[in-house]
Amino acid sequence: MGAVPSRLSWRVATVRAVQPETQRVLSLVLDVPGWDGHQPGQHIDVRLTAADGYQAQRSYSISSAPEDPAITITVERLDDGEVSPYLADVLRPGDGLELRGPIGGWFTWTTQDGGPLLLVAGGSGLAPLMAMLRHRAARRSTVPVRLLYSSRGFDDIIYRAELDRLVSHDPDLAVVHTLTRSQPPGWTGYARRIDGAMLAAVAWAPEARPLAMVCGPTPMVEAVADALVALGHDPGRIRTERFGPTGG
Amino acid sequence: MSFISRGFKGRGRREGAAGRLPPGQYLEHGFPVLSAGPTPHTPLDRWDFTMVGQVDQVRRWTWDEFLALPAETITRDIHCVTKWSKLDSTWTGVSVDTLLDGVETSADYVLAFCDGGYTTNLPLEDVTGGKAWIAYAYEGQPLAPAHGGPARLLVPHLYFWKSAKWVRGLELLAADQPGFWESLGYHNRGDPWREQRYWGDE
Repeated sequence: MGAVPSRLSWRVATVRAVQPETQRVLSLVLDVPGWDGHQPGQHIDVRLTAADGYQAQRSYSISSAPEDPAITITVERLDDGEVSPYLADVLRPGDGLELRGPIGGWFTWTTQDGGPLLLVAGGSGLAPLMAMLRHRAARRSTVPVRLLYSSRGFDDIIYRAELDRLVSHDPDLAVVHTLTRSQPPGWTGYARRIDGAMLAAVAWAPEARPLAMVCGPTPMVEAVADALVALGHDPGRIRTERFGPTGG
Repeated sequence: MSFISRGFKGRGRREGAAGRLPPGQYLEHGFPVLSAGPTPHTPLDRWDFTMVGQVDQVRRWTWDEFLALPAETITRDIHCVTKWSKLDSTWTGVSVDTLLDGVETSADYVLAFCDGGYTTNLPLEDVTGGKAWIAYAYEGQPLAPAHGGPARLLVPHLYFWKSAKWVRGLELLAADQPGFWESLGYHNRGDPWREQRYWGDE
């Protein structure tokens, strides 16, 4: 509001690194000339152009903090997709990648927005929330944060080592995993889809008025948002972003 | 010469949507859900639709009154700013022309308002002349809450965020007033054929 509209122009970024996160998820580290920064939670549009001029566009969340020197997007490879298999299988360091952004002014959080902050993620829906956690860590913020993160199995947890590291020296950060399809031997954590009972146990009470940011596949986001409202949380404090089964 | 993506061949064009996909869109066969917050669930006995603002008198319809209005069933392509397009979606609802019939107004703009607090703005001429409906059925079935039920605005010639879910009324305005996404970086008009996605496009 009040900002002067300026065109989000297409730029050619250079791929600095391709980092596998899990078997199906990878991160692309990008050097973007003239990048003006972003807010944690925002996304970019990527545009691929074939030699004959055919183009395809998709949106990807930025998973890096604004404080990081390069921007990182985290991409789930969809077998029947058009863009994500290219990003996962073809793109190499040194390649160019056309993009524009940052986009989106709603599903964002900075340390100035305060807390407590409840993050709820499913699968690669963690990507925009990771930008918030990385930003908070870079600022050495003590805003209380709880992340409830649903993955299919232990090896599907993206940024697992980094999450462990962040939690290990931060008393104001809690990370709770649930594994919905398979659990390793000795797993003592949650082993079901996120439901109201789990949210009641993990989230702050409604009276604490946490800001909730929920990102993942549509059925999960619908279930979590409905459950939070049923628990008494203010719908106006619940923000959602959905990664559909589509998006390629 | 624009940038060429090394090794990209593309496969979307094989789907043959023949001139029906606006620039940057791909064909989607499902029906993705996108919204900024929880899905509201307003009971039908508390639902109404109102026409307020610059009108000679406020118009209000209850759910039963709304269903009794002349309905139209239309089939249209829809285009979401997140890049998917869906062809030949069939909707049933009341034309905005029908709701404006007999309303005296000097307004040039409307702001659609919704359960959950969502708003979106449109020039009056984008919702009149057979271009917009308040839809309460999709493919012959009651519109599901996740897709905007009990009723949503349907303005298929603009990006789909203009087709406000959970719509409860239209405010007629003399001056344009940006809605929710229009205040957060998205284009004020949102014509997919001109690829008006974000502020500053075109």
